[in-house]
Amino acid sequence: MLRMLVRRLFLGFATVWIVSVIIFAGVEALPGDACTAFLERDAQGKLLENCRNDLGLNKPAVTRYLDWASGAVRGDFGVSPDGQKSIASLVGDRVKNSFLLAAGALAVGVPLAIFLGVITGLWRDKWVDILFSTGAIFAMTIPEFVSATVLILIFAIWLDWVPAIVLTPADAPALDFFPEFILASVVLTMVMIAHIMRMVRSSVIEVMASDYVQMAMLKGVPYWRIVFRHALPNALLPAINVVALTVAWLLGGVVVVEVVFNYPGLGRTMIDAISDRDLPVVQALAMIVAATYVGVNLIADMLTILLNPRLRTLSQRRK
Amino acid sequence: MTDTALQSKGPRRLGRFSVVLRDVISRPSGAIGLTLVLGHIILALISPWLVTYDFKSMDSSLILEAPSAEHWLGSDHLGRDILSRVLQGGRIALLVTGIATPIALLWGGMTGILLGLVGGRVDEVVMRVVDAFLSIPGVLPLLVLVTIFGTGNEVMVPTLAFFYGIPVIRVIRAATHDVVARDFVLAARARGHSRLSIVWRELLPNVRDAMLVEGAMRWSWMLLAFSSLSFLGFGVAPPTPDWGVMIADARAYMPLAPWGVLAPVIALSSLIIGINLTADALAKAMGIDRARKAVV
Repeated sequence: MLRMLVRRLFLGFATVWIVSVIIFAGVEALPGDACTAFLERDAQGKLLENCRNDLGLNKPAVTRYLDWASGAVRGDFGVSPDGQKSIASLVGDRVKNSFLLAAGALAVGVPLAIFLGVITGLWRDKWVDILFSTGAIFAMTIPEFVSATVLILIFAIWLDWVPAIVLTPADAPALDFFPEFILASVVLTMVMIAHIMRMVRSSVIEVMASDYVQMAMLKGVPYWRIVFRHALPNALLPAINVVALTVAWLLGGVVVVEVVFNYPGLGRTMIDAISDRDLPVVQALAMIVAATYVGVNLIADMLTILLNPRLRTLSQRRK
Repeated sequence: MTDTALQSKGPRRLGRFSVVLRDVISRPSGAIGLTLVLGHIILALISPWLVTYDFKSMDSSLILEAPSAEHWLGSDHLGRDILSRVLQGGRIALLVTGIATPIALLWGGMTGILLGLVGGRVDEVVMRVVDAFLSIPGVLPLLVLVTIFGTGNEVMVPTLAFFYGIPVIRVIRAATHDVVARDFVLAARARGHSRLSIVWRELLPNVRDAMLVEGAMRWSWMLLAFSSLSFLGFGVAPPTPDWGVMIADARAYMPLAPWGVLAPVIALSSLIIGINLTADALAKAMGIDRARKAVV
């Protein structure tokens, strides 16, 4: 088992390393650099030369990659060319805000999703299942900006229950966001519940149809005892991975929702940085989000290995 | 998954197609989904003969006008006919994603099959790169490429096709892995068939179902990404009407003129839900469990 954990850990680090190369090479391959973007039309002659010297852009690409990567490991992403502010401090607040939004959505979403998944799985093809499964397809597939727009129209404009957008500045304490971030986290929670619920549902159905559950039923074990004691521990194991994917998605991929609600998190910072062609910030954000994604999935895989006795011996079970 | 490779060629394969189609239509989700998708495609094809107004023409006397007999869905903040714009938006969305999806499926599927067949070190290394790409947040590379190279369809199609082919690699590789170990592939190897012939005659027929379902799913994700990009202001250039752009524009006037938002919202949602319901029914008809697929 230890060998599997070490191997998985090593693969995680390898992935993060490849991501860093892709991100660096991708930005490198783009026309222009931080200086041409910052100086815009003045980018020529002495001015450009000085700027490139200041930021060390004249060094060979490999040296710059090593500088950047070793800085990134220590949490130092350099300074943004405009404003000369350190990127780490710029991004820090945004990370906290994204975390807040994710925590809000997860705290409500995960228990509810697992509950609904178990219910729909046990009562497969009954009206509860049909209702929630259809609802899940809607929640999952309708683009976030569409559901966000409709929710704003209904709850903020017509009913006037909650504020439509977030006006709190990025560096405000967490509590200040309270009434404003409700709609944003509702939109995220809906999508999240749909994904986790579907996964749990199909897993419950599979386990309930398995031989050992059938055996327990034939032996006359009470139904709820079968469900809680025998079926659920196995059925909920795969949910760990989906929850991990959702966490990773919440921490990095919610660009659209953050833009719609004007929420000062990582996603909106990303859009701003791209519009301004602030490439060092784009690099830093992409790296943070990708590392989070890999890290969360790594933790989920390790948990699964630890909790599932079958994976401890079969080292080739993972595809 | 059924062993289609074991069946004889010709009329029976066609038979399977109609069996699957009949199964899809017999399910409520399949019937509704297929109707929505076909309805959208037909509307997109015949819309040049349907619209009576130019989607670009502005009329200051019609600004934010409510739906009426002349303008069935009302008009937007520049006095343009919303019905014409919604129809035109559908044409563009279907054109871009309709070209990009098959390309993504083709290159991702072929790479996936080859990796599953070859295995070993090549497979291991390529999959690490695939994982790395999948861990970079979805819209980010799209956004960067679009900002650098502009927003035309000639940029959108290859960009979407490239990035949406990557998750396909993963799924098809896993499906191929399950098939490669089977006896009939071993038999083909023993008969001395070339790799190409194994791919074409043994593997492809067996992962075709997975590819079809995956393709339908990718199509809906791509549509979502395409409209999200336009919504964020990085998609098609104005005055071209895309549903995402229309929703973004009309949002500002939502309290005054909610119909401007509702028309593209309903159009986009019905198409995406249609595709997903169809994909769901297709997966059930073919015996593939779609809910098991992760959120990518």
